[in-house]
Amino acid sequence: MTNYNDAKIILEAKKLEAWFGDFQAVKGITVDYREKTINAIIGPSGCGKSTYLRCLNRIHEEIEGTRTAGEVLLEGKNIYDKKVDVVDVRRRIGMVFQKPNPFPSMSIMDNVVIGLRLQGISKRSTLLETAEVCLRKAALWEEVKDKLNSMGTSLSGGQQQRLCIARALAVNPPVLLMDEPTSALDPIATAKIEELMNEIKKDYTVIIVTHNMQQAARISDFTSFFHYGNMVEHGQSSNIFTNPKEKSTEDYISGRFG
Amino acid sequence: MKLNFRLYRKIKNALFLLLTLGAALAVLIPLFMIIQFVLVQGASSLNLDFFTELPKPVGESGGGMKHAIMGTIFLVFLGAAIAVPIGVTCGIYLSEFRKSKLSKSLKLTVDLMSGIPSIVIGIFAYLMVVVPLKSFSALAGGIALSIIMLPIIIKTSAEILKLVPDHIREAGLALGLPRWRVIINIVLKGEMSNLLTGIILAISRAAGETAPLLFTAFGNMYISYKINEPMASLPVQIYTYAISPYKEWQKQAWGGAFVLMVLILTMNLFARYILGKIKDKKGTSK
Repeated sequence: MTNYNDAKIILEAKKLEAWFGDFQAVKGITVDYREKTINAIIGPSGCGKSTYLRCLNRIHEEIEGTRTAGEVLLEGKNIYDKKVDVVDVRRRIGMVFQKPNPFPSMSIMDNVVIGLRLQGISKRSTLLETAEVCLRKAALWEEVKDKLNSMGTSLSGGQQQRLCIARALAVNPPVLLMDEPTSALDPIATAKIEELMNEIKKDYTVIIVTHNMQQAARISDFTSFFHYGNMVEHGQSSNIFTNPKEKSTEDYISGRFG
Repeated sequence: MKLNFRLYRKIKNALFLLLTLGAALAVLIPLFMIIQFVLVQGASSLNLDFFTELPKPVGESGGGMKHAIMGTIFLVFLGAAIAVPIGVTCGIYLSEFRKSKLSKSLKLTVDLMSGIPSIVIGIFAYLMVVVPLKSFSALAGGIALSIIMLPIIIKTSAEILKLVPDHIREAGLALGLPRWRVIINIVLKGEMSNLLTGIILAISRAAGETAPLLFTAFGNMYISYKINEPMASLPVQIYTYAISPYKEWQKQAWGGAFVLMVLILTMNLFARYILGKIKDKKGTSK
């Protein structure tokens, strides 16, 4: 078993809770994530795993009538602190969504570099260079290098999702959140994304919500099992999938419910 | 028995088809008659002079409506210059802050506004601009036209922006972009051509209005580009000429109607053309 104890802790959740109106979707999660690891979150539908993920970059609060409690520490600093600007948080914690969502009426190139451009970087050579690096990391460069000016929406679903990954990487966030990034894709496109995740793991910490347990087992270093808004179990994926401690974890991964 | 029932059903079907066809024709026929009528009557009074000359005194033949054509263009642009920035911004507010209280009352106001008779808008502009400035003016006309355009622009832009799915906004926010950046550079920019179409339709609607201009821009018989003086416009010129007892003027009125109609039709077709192009683009991408 790999020893991760030396790896630096980059992100921590402390008693994190989240509500939609009166409904509590996330009920006090405490966990830490080590640098340059892939962390999977699994659990049945409605267990709060997506909501939890959306609390980690404070996108949850964009929905009307929601609130959160608890702390999320990014490199030791609470991102929910009143003095912290939410814009800075999201620049450091990127996100890839379930449905590929490239910006409409925007070229492939513009989609990748918009984050940088709107931060005031306008030097064309810098933008091109970043675009190439990020598209390569997202394993899309070879397919689009000759048509960087075509619309982002003209790509296939799997390509669009890789474009969205490149777009998220372009602002160079140390942490990347992925909310079921392959659930709308076919197996080949899924395989490509899993492959590239192993690559980006060298530079980024990834937290991925997935419905697909095989995917979690294949790609992740750590896995958390969520149920009814609680984190039932968290540990190294090799342990969770072969030797779960909790009965409900075992039931879930052996397919008895969910 | 069974056969009879089938026959009865077929007859019902045919009757219903006939009914829908009849309704379609009932709409199309008068429309074509208007166009044909204006074409026939108008085309004969059109010549180059019509576009380049000013009106001649009664009794003299010839002359044109250059002043009214230029006036209409001026007034419509003035109206758009006022209505477009305010209207699109209001549309953004309605779409992006749709749950706020102000948003709900704004929506109701806009709905009511689009139902105000244009003559009332004319009276309003008269009281608000003409009376205090003590003169009919292009400014008053432009303001009156902008009030006609506003509800259309607000409604269409709000509807267009509302169609942008929320996950696009979230994607922008998740990149660490401030909300206003997301609205302007992603939501608005992505729908630019749709917005433009809505604006053109609003402008073409205002271009044909007579009532709001009657006692605001008022009209005159010479070229003027001064914002604080009365200004001629095609609809008002047509109105004045059409009710006059002079054959020459009545003929000119037909010419004016023809030009106005072509102007508005062209704008509408142009808007449709842009819309079609967007649909093509989106269609081939899927």
